[in-house]
Amino acid sequence: MAASSRARVLDLYRAMLRESKQFSAYNYRTYAIRKIRDAFRENKNVKDPVEIQTLVNKAKRNLEIIHRQVHIGQLYSTDKLIIENQEKPKT
Amino acid sequence: MLLRTAWRRVAAALPAAPGPRPEAPTRGLRLRVADHAPQSAVPSDTAIAPEMESVLRPLYMDVQATTPLDPRVLDAMLPYLVNYYGNPHSRTHAYGWESEAAMERARQQVASLIGADPREIIFTSGATESNNIAIKELEDAIQPDTSLVSIMSVNNEIGVKQPISEIGQICSSRKVYFHTDAAQAVGKIPLDVNDMKIDLMSISGHKIYGPKGVGAIYIRRRPRVRVEALQSGGGQERGMRSGTVPTPLVVGLGAACEVAQQEMEYDHKRISKLAERLIQKIMKSLPDVVMNGDPVHHYPGCINLSFAYVEGESLLMALKDVALSSGSACTSASLEPSYVLRAIGTDEDLAHSSIRFGIGRFTTEEEVDYTVEKCIYHVKRLREMSPLWEMVQDGIDLKSIKWSQH
Repeated sequence: MAASSRARVLDLYRAMLRESKQFSAYNYRTYAIRKIRDAFRENKNVKDPVEIQTLVNKAKRNLEIIHRQVHIGQLYSTDKLIIENQEKPKT
Repeated sequence: MLLRTAWRRVAAALPAAPGPRPEAPTRGLRLRVADHAPQSAVPSDTAIAPEMESVLRPLYMDVQATTPLDPRVLDAMLPYLVNYYGNPHSRTHAYGWESEAAMERARQQVASLIGADPREIIFTSGATESNNIAIKELEDAIQPDTSLVSIMSVNNEIGVKQPISEIGQICSSRKVYFHTDAAQAVGKIPLDVNDMKIDLMSISGHKIYGPKGVGAIYIRRRPRVRVEALQSGGGQERGMRSGTVPTPLVVGLGAACEVAQQEMEYDHKRISKLAERLIQKIMKSLPDVVMNGDPVHHYPGCINLSFAYVEGESLLMALKDVALSSGSACTSASLEPSYVLRAIGTDEDLAHSSIRFGIGRFTTEEEVDYTVEKCIYHVKRLREMSPLWEMVQDGIDLKSIKWSQH
């Protein structure tokens, strides 16, 4: 049970990061990637299964939000920021 | 002002050529920059110069002027712009009911952020309207001993935090109404209307990653604070602000408040670190830089620096890759130095050299580093060209000079 829920959480983590890298706006993209990493790291020692489930549900909702907003951002995308040409793309 | 007319000329001169992505309509002003990295050829049928030109947008470091929408806020708003378009005051059908439910949910989200009761939140078109309602209240208070103290929680130009709790205590003990314009403070620093004894508070949507055109006013119920409506009509918002409440906008404001409540600590920590980084890097590399405003009672995301012997407007124009401001957007049309800087006793010449750096939820370390690098480069360059700087380097005390009249 613990093993599968760990695998589930990791899958969710990877899915969220994968989706966030698709944001066409630099600031949204970097924020989402950073926030996802920080939030999962902060909660990595949570043991209570009820709390874990709550967090997983929240993450699933956020994944859906990211998915929609990535899509909208791509529909209305514009030019890159001056900084995006110089730094290595954060993928 | 010079900056804006220059931009207008650039915008007018841009050929109507498709950008690198022909399907996406080109909107917004762009910078024409000589390309550093090799890129695929820009498809275009107008004759542009043969060297590869890419158009890149500046970094946004002006969050005190306005903030981008948080994607979570836009996500909350869209359903009410697409399908759930009912008037929240329509009592007779589901469209009205669902719109009203959303409006009340948003009201609760705003109230929760500031420790208020939802019945104490009235939606307005922004903090300016809220301020006007609060001030108008003063005129109609009638009793000769009633007065109103109105203070900004966090200043938008220099980021100074006012001692709101202390002021609230004093006002409450003297039976004086206390209003605060918390536009720059809400969702960034903890505010509780009961702990701080606030009677009236103005809230702005577009300063907290919410939509423009919406805000709220908090009006205390116990003890009752009476306000007079600025806008009369159908009696919406308890008669205090008539007009159909714009559900999509207030949903956005509510979502922004809820997100702010969740993210306040994380954002504050990150923004403080970035602010520290910016200030340290600049101060380490440049002499004669002054930070305006109290260093202790200060909101980290608003950094106002004066670079001696450099004209603020010249520096702003030189930093064309970064969106910055030299003062508040509301007074940027005039060339007068900031009244805030004058009020804190800044020398006239230093007031003209001030730049405001805004760090927000979405600002990255790379953006701060880039801004710092360009700032240092251009300040050095402008100082090299400045005869005043030369005189200072030679040890001349500028204050001792007798400038001749022409």
